[in-house]
Amino acid sequence: MIIPLLILVPFVASLFVPLLYTYVHSKKIGWLVLPFPLILFIFLCFQIPKLGAGDSLFYTIHWLHAANIHFTTHLDGLSMILGLLITGMGTLVVMYSIYYLSEREALGRFYMYLLLFMGSMLGVVFSDNVLVLYVFWELTSVSSFLLIAFWHQRKNSRAGAKKAMLITVTGGVGMLVGFLMMHQMTGTYSIQEMIGMAGTLPAETLFVPAMLLILLGAFTKSAQFPFHIWLPDAMEAPTPVSAYLHSATMVKAGIYLVARFIPVFGESELWFYSVTFVGLITLFWGSFNAVRQNDLKALLAYSTISQLGLIMSLLGIGSAAMLNLPGVDKTLYTAAAFAGLFHLINHSTFKGALFMIIGIVDHELGTRDIRKLGGLAIFMPITFSIALAGSFSMAGLPPFNGFLSKELFLEASLAVQQLALPGVHVWIPIVAWVASVLTFVYCMIIVFQTFFGRQQQQPAWVDRGAHDPQPGMLLAPSVLGVMIVALFFFPNVLAKWIVQPAMGAIYPSFGNPETLVPHIAAWHGFTPAFWMTIGIILFGAVLYIFLPQWRRVYTIAPFSWRIDTIYTLLLMQLEGNSYHLTNKYMTGHLHRYFTYIMLFFIAMMGTALSLVWRLAFNFSEDSVVTLNEYILVFVMMIAALAILFVKSRLIAILLNGVLGFTVAFLFVVLRAPDLALTQIVVETVTTVLFLLTFRFMPDWKKETPRRPVKMLNIFIAVASGLIVILTALIVQGNRLFEPISKYFEDAKTLTGGGNIVNAILGDFRAFDTMLEIVVLFIGGLGVYVLIRLKDKKGGDQNEDQ
Amino acid sequence: MKINDVILQTVTKIVVFIILTFGVELFISGHNDPGGGFSGGLVLASALLLLYMTYDIETVHQGIPFDFKKIAGLGVFLAVSSSAIPMLFSNQFLTQKKGEFALAVFGNTELSMVLLFEAGVALTVVGVVVTILLTISEDVS
Repeated sequence: MIIPLLILVPFVASLFVPLLYTYVHSKKIGWLVLPFPLILFIFLCFQIPKLGAGDSLFYTIHWLHAANIHFTTHLDGLSMILGLLITGMGTLVVMYSIYYLSEREALGRFYMYLLLFMGSMLGVVFSDNVLVLYVFWELTSVSSFLLIAFWHQRKNSRAGAKKAMLITVTGGVGMLVGFLMMHQMTGTYSIQEMIGMAGTLPAETLFVPAMLLILLGAFTKSAQFPFHIWLPDAMEAPTPVSAYLHSATMVKAGIYLVARFIPVFGESELWFYSVTFVGLITLFWGSFNAVRQNDLKALLAYSTISQLGLIMSLLGIGSAAMLNLPGVDKTLYTAAAFAGLFHLINHSTFKGALFMIIGIVDHELGTRDIRKLGGLAIFMPITFSIALAGSFSMAGLPPFNGFLSKELFLEASLAVQQLALPGVHVWIPIVAWVASVLTFVYCMIIVFQTFFGRQQQQPAWVDRGAHDPQPGMLLAPSVLGVMIVALFFFPNVLAKWIVQPAMGAIYPSFGNPETLVPHIAAWHGFTPAFWMTIGIILFGAVLYIFLPQWRRVYTIAPFSWRIDTIYTLLLMQLEGNSYHLTNKYMTGHLHRYFTYIMLFFIAMMGTALSLVWRLAFNFSEDSVVTLNEYILVFVMMIAALAILFVKSRLIAILLNGVLGFTVAFLFVVLRAPDLALTQIVVETVTTVLFLLTFRFMPDWKKETPRRPVKMLNIFIAVASGLIVILTALIVQGNRLFEPISKYFEDAKTLTGGGNIVNAILGDFRAFDTMLEIVVLFIGGLGVYVLIRLKDKKGGDQNEDQ
Repeated sequence: MKINDVILQTVTKIVVFIILTFGVELFISGHNDPGGGFSGGLVLASALLLLYMTYDIETVHQGIPFDFKKIAGLGVFLAVSSSAIPMLFSNQFLTQKKGEFALAVFGNTELSMVLLFEAGVALTVVGVVVTILLTISEDVS
């Protein structure tokens, strides 16, 4: 019961934050938000021992039985890692935001979105039902959209938000189709049950499409090549958001999904190839592009892409353990998956710290451009120290946690060569090594170009009063900085308590997860990985020193290409084409729209009538028509026909009223007082409406349409009239389904209500009624908005830029 | 457009209360007899309409200072949330329960969850109808 509550808490909190903000209209609102992630984090920490013992928490809220969709939550080792990151980083980011965002910002909105994201992200990692997972998955996209466009007055923010939304949601929809295919194959929406059936799946025809579609969702979300283009543009978001969503948590959702589905798809070679190769390409392309950035935040964005690729490729290599190749030491590959999870945690610590540091630099000095920065070390010693720890950790240097995972990564890249698979050669460790060298280079750029050199700049910083920010702002990055060092010295504590249960979740069939966890040591002896690290440092240093000389490489053809161009082109094509297409049929003529609607109706009902009922009549059960009814129907016919020939609009409206009230009378005669009553009141209200809109109507003038139009009008009128009559006649005598009238006869015992009409409205079909009033409400608001907007037309149309 | 019709105004003052009472009666009796949330709401709305037609919008607004958009919203909220309440007690969405209660004035009265739901329907109908008519008529003036 407690896990669904964990998901619910941030959502409920996000509802109340804007309300609270009207009372606490200052930065202090952040302190009221802070307890939510903190309490969730502490609660999750208390569950660690339980999971360490190999348990997992499962709880199902039964929901839609008919569709087999239940709100099932599952807390195991893998979701625990993500859960701790979401709540832990959430706490730090909220703390940092309190100092980062100024009082003038719309803080209520900001924290609301942030909590909304937190809840949806927890929903993604704790859901066992794939459809529920999908909903939360898209909710993270939506909240990310809102957060990127937080400064919506800026054009770039809106463009970045749109791009992120389009790409991640496209992937998400693909993933949904993949999930549905999985349901087709397994008959369940539960991930754990799918894992149970994993052995029989590869033979299915839908196996490969489902796998690729699910990977599409994961790759778009985790900014893998070639879908990575949204992440740099997402950096338009406020820095705490970048640190939280776009480096520590949301972009890890794709990685989580891949790790989650390794037990299902791991036995497929295609899975191994896609995940590993896409990861490696992303790793290289991200690090290669990071080096050329001048904006520190853009640099970090590409570095995040690259690091996500690294984790992805590690998971790919890790899935090789499931391939069942002969003569393969599986522990070599499970160690890769372990390294992936370990690096997942490490990356969140150092990248989170770096984002916050760059936010501080930006906040204090007003620029993030490395061409303008320099020599800040003596002004901002604490900021500098944390930046040093973060960058060196990312570069893979001791004594920081990144060193350990980088070594494990290099070992994994060497291990993968031993697989007897086509396409797997020595190039994998080479790509890994080259990307690591480039990673080293951009890490040095962060440290040295921001904090050293440029002596001539220093007086300018003195003038601007450059100094470390207030302690509160430094608190969150400092916590991460301490973790970067602490994880270097005590990695095995983390490995045993947090990563080991997750390994059990990735390899459920491999028995005791304890055997899957390698012992991490900083010193392995003179292994190949050690020499590769030495090489990285040497080559990296050389490349960094000669960076100005070789930077021109980026202007040469294959390296200067940008995937953005394709995206922009596609989008422009799409917008242009849909614009033309829509203009073709949305002409603004009401007559046209009625024609579409009625023609569609005729086509649908006509087909149904002729195919399903085959125009079979059966009048045997009809009751006798009385004289009263004949008279009323006759009056109605006269009124309806008369409308066609009247000269003034007022008379037409009145005749329409006659028609309506006669229908009400007919209901009375047929002993349906409810309907009669409603019909009378509706007629009254409608007549008043008519009177109100009367003076807006243009003059009633005789139209003489062209002959084809006239023929079409006649056809529509006759055909739709005929169809309605036929439907009424046929439906009466032909039963396609078991009649439901026995429900109505037993209404009193079933619902306790004596009025059958209301028993239907309020109980049997209450869901319809509920949605109908929602529609009514939306319609009412629509009228209000349309008329009010019309009023304001011509007023303030300028957009804030 | 100032309407000054003494007869209409005098009649309306009395008739409105009759219509309002009739609307409430329809709403409550809907469980076993003709009526219910929708028709009750419509009758209530038509009473308000009569007021608006007899007096002008400002005058009525002084007596009934509600924002009818909010009333419609409240109605939707009431209907949807009362439908969700059974879920808290491990029942299905929209499960309607009822029971007998001994009330101070009314004696033993049967109350049902559906009453809340129907009240939501009625409020939405009143809110939406009045909102639409007011918006259009304000557009006229």
